[in-house]
Amino acid sequence: MLLDSLFNGVAIGSVLLVAALGLAIVFGLMGVINLAHGELMMLGAYTTYVTQLIFKLPLLKTYYNAYVIVSIFFAFIVSGVVGILLEKTVIRKLYGSPLETLLATWGVSLILQQFVRSVPLAYGTGLVISLIIGLFLPSVFSSKLKESVNFKYVKFSSWIFAALAGVLSGNLISSSVSKLSRASARNVDVTAPAWMRGQVEILGTAFPKTRLMIIIITLISVIAITLFLNQSAWGMRIRAVTQNREMSDCLGISTEKVDIITFGIGSGLAGVAGVAVSLLGSVGPNVGGNYIVGCFMVVVLGGVGNLLGTIFASFGIGIMTDLIGAGRLLSIWPDMPLPLSNTINFFATTSMARVMIFALIVIFLQFKPTGLFPQKGRMVES
Amino acid sequence: MRISRRILAGLATASLAVSVTSCGGGSDTSGSFDDTVTVGILHSLSGTMAISESTLVDTEKMAIAEINAAGGVTVGGKSYKIDYIVEDGASDWPTFAEKSKKLIDQDGVPVVFGGWTSASRKAMLPVYESKDAFLYYPIQYEAQECSNNIFYTGASPNQQSEPATDFMYKRSPAAGKPFFLVGSDYVFPRTSNTITKEQLKSLGGKVVGEDYLPLGNTEVAPIISKIKKALAPSGGGVIINTLNGDQNVAFFKQIQDAGITPSNGYYVMNYSIAEEEISTIGPEFLEGHYGAWNYMMSIDTPESKKFAADFKALYGSDRVVADPQESAYNMVYLWKQAVEDAGTFENSAVREALVGQTFDAPQGPVEVMPNHHLAQTVRIGLIKPEGGFEILEETDGVVFPQAWNQFEPSSKGYACDWTDPSKGERYKL
Repeated sequence: MLLDSLFNGVAIGSVLLVAALGLAIVFGLMGVINLAHGELMMLGAYTTYVTQLIFKLPLLKTYYNAYVIVSIFFAFIVSGVVGILLEKTVIRKLYGSPLETLLATWGVSLILQQFVRSVPLAYGTGLVISLIIGLFLPSVFSSKLKESVNFKYVKFSSWIFAALAGVLSGNLISSSVSKLSRASARNVDVTAPAWMRGQVEILGTAFPKTRLMIIIITLISVIAITLFLNQSAWGMRIRAVTQNREMSDCLGISTEKVDIITFGIGSGLAGVAGVAVSLLGSVGPNVGGNYIVGCFMVVVLGGVGNLLGTIFASFGIGIMTDLIGAGRLLSIWPDMPLPLSNTINFFATTSMARVMIFALIVIFLQFKPTGLFPQKGRMVES
Repeated sequence: MRISRRILAGLATASLAVSVTSCGGGSDTSGSFDDTVTVGILHSLSGTMAISESTLVDTEKMAIAEINAAGGVTVGGKSYKIDYIVEDGASDWPTFAEKSKKLIDQDGVPVVFGGWTSASRKAMLPVYESKDAFLYYPIQYEAQECSNNIFYTGASPNQQSEPATDFMYKRSPAAGKPFFLVGSDYVFPRTSNTITKEQLKSLGGKVVGEDYLPLGNTEVAPIISKIKKALAPSGGGVIINTLNGDQNVAFFKQIQDAGITPSNGYYVMNYSIAEEEISTIGPEFLEGHYGAWNYMMSIDTPESKKFAADFKALYGSDRVVADPQESAYNMVYLWKQAVEDAGTFENSAVREALVGQTFDAPQGPVEVMPNHHLAQTVRIGLIKPEGGFEILEETDGVVFPQAWNQFEPSSKGYACDWTDPSKGERYKL
């Protein structure tokens, strides 16, 4: 009973957490209000769908069971690259003006939604492939070549190569997977492989496997991102830039590169969240919009700029949703006074539980406007 | 890009060729028409509802093409070719009202075939009533409405939810077990569930829980634990599902993972899942659950098979036909018959001629009743592992429609009859 409740809370919370993790980095560390975060999740979910169909081809059929794992990496790369492009073209010009960033990213989110509605997924995939090649091909050239005068021509021709590769792969996918060759606004469906469906029994309680999988994805993402931020050289640079941009710049850290990497990782995590979300419901152009409010809620409640806060906030909200929405308090304390039990019954529906949780968060933020774990340090003072 | 363009161009010419040949039958006789009559088609071709509503446009076009191929509409000794104007309601309810005005005033159409959501119908209703025009509306709905200017060809609750509840309570594998009601949080599920609760009360059944998911929300974990808590003590039970669109996907994926399956004694009766939705959600999640409709694609009659085959021939072999499409198909034919009987396109005469019209529809014979609804057969189907329904039972003959629900206390004892001026929209039985 208690275990069941705890598991449910953790399950709901881990969906929130994996969705909010990327935003915690982009919004929390960089201060960018990215309203297109939900759409980056949507791209991740569509990547899962495309990967699933590609793994149904005769050539890859034997590895079909592994497609979810593979699509996690693909989704990270796809959303990450789109995020990097977004940073390079739109957000970079708007640092320091949050209102404009908000409007611009909202516009981008509409563009992305319409893009998946009106472009066949095969050609969409082709476009993303050419973006990936175009962005990363120049970085494999030797530094000697990079310094030469003709490098801009090399760069240009690498983009032509990327475009060609994209068109070719787009056509290849479109001719081999007929479901991807037509544009459709229809919601599509990701079916988990057989080993991920059904339940497992632990300590006498049955747990849905997909939920366990999402919890595992979330755990790995959190551990990986914590290690990256705290142990790697780039993680240290990111933290340095977060704390004091000017000083880091003076000390020779390329803040431009740091921005790109931070934003790319945040967007990539949105893609991973997309994989998780696609296992629960259907995949459609609006799927991201359903999560974006929840993401901001979690990050604000946890305290902007603090990963630990985000983790606590999402599990807190998850457990509260389960406690209120499923009316658990009544079964824990069955003979509570009548007026109280009536109130609890009234809020024990999904719609009302949401109202209740938002109300509780608003009240909480009245007393602690900076969230659960407020950022301390120089940035706060400035 | 070049290759893809070529392929696209090839596809375009191919489909053009197909459509030219398929229209060929109609154009042969086109020379012999005396005149043309233009009707209006008004559904959402963009926005959220486009997925569902565009299938109705396809079906209505098919019915019109069939009628034209068979010589058109004959009114007063003259043969008319049916032409149509398609307008886009854009999934936006005020747009439906605006486009209705345009079709009636500017294009002067004698009839509009249109609508899907109850919200769009409610928006259009005042337009048709004030202009005394006529709307044909093809979707199963919550009733509690009866307009002189709307003709409803979908099921009223006593032609879908009531027989379904009766079946689940008395004859399903979960007969006698408690009920749990799940729906999206808007008017149709709440109205429908109110009716179901009243009906179960009179049957002696028990509703142990009820929950609504806000539109757009797909987190069903709390609902699942409530269902388990409420139904597990009696070893399963019946779940009545009125969720909307893609919320169904999240619901069925997650209840299966949570062990709420037919094999464990939980049976879901669905009111808004037809053949189209089964193939989108995936039959592997729906297998063993139930649905209730007037028309099901698996009806084994020549009319039903021909309807499905014609539709596939016109729009592609991967397409399916479902209840709303059949309703849309019927209403075009019923309008044609009424116009021919009235001998005019003029509204009040057509309205009078419409009541009592019968038609051998793909679902079997249907008849227009004085309350502007259709008497039709009700079927309960079990969802098959490969998709589609296995028809478990169907009513003996037609069920007569009730515009005012007889379980709901506020409308109990009322009925609607437009053929008798003293009765009209709502009179006491």
